[in-house]
Amino acid sequence: MAIITYREALNQALREEMSRDDRVFLMGEEVGVYNGAYKVSKGLLEEFGEMRVVDTPITELGFAGVGVGAAMVGLRPVIEFMTWNFALLAIDQVVNAAAKMLYMSGGQYPMPMVFRGPNGAALQLSAQHSQAFESWLAHIPGLKVVTPGTPYDAKGLLKAAIRDDNPVVMLEGEMLYNTKGEVPEEDYIVPIGKADLKREGGDCSIITNGKMVLVAMNAADQLAKEGIHVDVVDLRTVRPMDVDAITASVRKTNRAVVLEEGWEIAGIGAQVVDYVQRECFDDLDAPVVRVHQADVPMPYAKTLEKTAKPDVAKTIAAVKKVLYLN
Amino acid sequence: MAAKKKSDAKGLPGDPQLRKDLLHSMILQRRFEEKVGEAYALGKIGGFCHLYIGQEAVSTGVLSMLRADDYVVTTYRDHGQALARGMTPRAIMAELFGRIDGCSRGKGGSMHLFDRNTNFLGGHGIVGGHVPLAAGVGFAIKYRGGDQVIACFMGESVVNTGAFHEALNMAALWKLPCLFIIENNKYGMGTAVERAAAIKDLSRRADAYDGMHGEYVDGQDVFAVRDAMERALGIARRESKPVLLEIRTYRYMGHSMSDAVSGTYRTKAELDEYLKRDPINLLKARMLEAGDITDADIAAMEQEVKATCQDAWDFADASPEPPLEALYEDVLVDTTS
Repeated sequence: MAIITYREALNQALREEMSRDDRVFLMGEEVGVYNGAYKVSKGLLEEFGEMRVVDTPITELGFAGVGVGAAMVGLRPVIEFMTWNFALLAIDQVVNAAAKMLYMSGGQYPMPMVFRGPNGAALQLSAQHSQAFESWLAHIPGLKVVTPGTPYDAKGLLKAAIRDDNPVVMLEGEMLYNTKGEVPEEDYIVPIGKADLKREGGDCSIITNGKMVLVAMNAADQLAKEGIHVDVVDLRTVRPMDVDAITASVRKTNRAVVLEEGWEIAGIGAQVVDYVQRECFDDLDAPVVRVHQADVPMPYAKTLEKTAKPDVAKTIAAVKKVLYLN
Repeated sequence: MAAKKKSDAKGLPGDPQLRKDLLHSMILQRRFEEKVGEAYALGKIGGFCHLYIGQEAVSTGVLSMLRADDYVVTTYRDHGQALARGMTPRAIMAELFGRIDGCSRGKGGSMHLFDRNTNFLGGHGIVGGHVPLAAGVGFAIKYRGGDQVIACFMGESVVNTGAFHEALNMAALWKLPCLFIIENNKYGMGTAVERAAAIKDLSRRADAYDGMHGEYVDGQDVFAVRDAMERALGIARRESKPVLLEIRTYRYMGHSMSDAVSGTYRTKAELDEYLKRDPINLLKARMLEAGDITDADIAAMEQEVKATCQDAWDFADASPEPPLEALYEDVLVDTTS
């Protein structure tokens, strides 16, 4: 298998799906001439032309709605947001239009489309550019929400999302685009709604998703040096959530830490904990502990930002807490 | 149906059959909406419900000019356009009653009428939110190299939203075959247009986009609407460029069922003034004067429409409620099989 970046994996997925199906097109800010704000769409304009790789004005609400309209009449749009922070301007189209169309039309108008782009914090981008929106989007029936943490999952989930007849939200990460991993040469998809046990160990389950998968894996490496072995359950999809994978792991380890990039209140972790208490109440040897961003807008100053973010040290501390160590 | 510029022997546009069809379409909308008001008062229809009474020449004038393979998208004040597009009174009434035989299977209600068979892409409930959808349909038409158009109806308050500007900008930039149709009925809920828009002639919003044609149309005269549509279609269908029509009309009822017809934000005197230019009466008068139709013809038409509306009511009343298992259907397309 080739070792490629997350960015290249997404690029391959787009290229392969656009070659396979001429109803698929990519639309967003800087996706064409500029080759993508994060170079995810590099080379696609040249290959597919300007009708299928469409540069838009800075007009998130507008072009998200263009995607919805095009999907209503049978095209399969991939709408790229330069970041999900900007997608708040388009949230009416995601929530009120795309997520509702099939239901309120009594099944007549499916929405075979993808909304994708980087989510969450990078480095020192401060309050308006550093937000993780998993829980906002996962709250909405009528959407699917995927959060790949590795190049393999990025490619497989994007291909699955493009082939899905439902509106799929894909949350990527600026800090993930340069990460590398093995990606097969042959065609494959990662099924939406299936978690992946990224690492096995019997002492505790770390349940996580997206950018935090790397944090969990690093924490697991360090814990292993101390003789503590953890499961890392990568949810990969946060709607629908793979409850079976969560419960299978917790029933084995009897302890869980839920690690997420976003804020605590009504976060994705709260939903995971709800599943755990309902399905694994008698299996637990300790209360579940959550690791998340501090409950503040993201500060700019380096030290403050580092303190606000969930990280390896906080994850290790949480695991030790549920193990009643320290 | 193509509009004929020239008048026939009676001095009226179009031919006798077309004129009867136009009158029939408008009377059907009027009587249907009156029936809807009655059903609402009896509690057979719930939720928000916005009647179209007074604006019938707009829907009929615009939609009588479209082809079957063209597309239509509109707002929550959508009953009139659904009828003028050829959706059945039965399917619409059953939807309003929240029944399984409704055009949206009882899931949408008054504000969300949809019909794939007539390319009726829905009534939409967020003011301005559906305008970018029209640009998207126009984009898809161009993507496929088709020669259809999309007619996007909106109330005049939409011109103050960002979505309106974003959609028109892209439609002009990319030369999309979109007809943006402002139904200026003077009030966005209870706020008069001059209290909301910092521009008097709304069609001049088209001037903000190079090459976009905009014009003002008398929305109480169905022939004037058709004439404007003929010009608009020449631009949208043949040149693949967007057009902005401001069709001035008037709503005779309140904004929704909970809104008094007059007294708060408009006077009875104003309403009475506009009632003098009732679009149905204007058309009837012209046809009667020209000897195109007789009082007996109109009475017969009224009788037939009355029966049609009663049939729609009876059908809706007899249609079952959606089964409880429908609650979880159509949230997502089932992709497990």
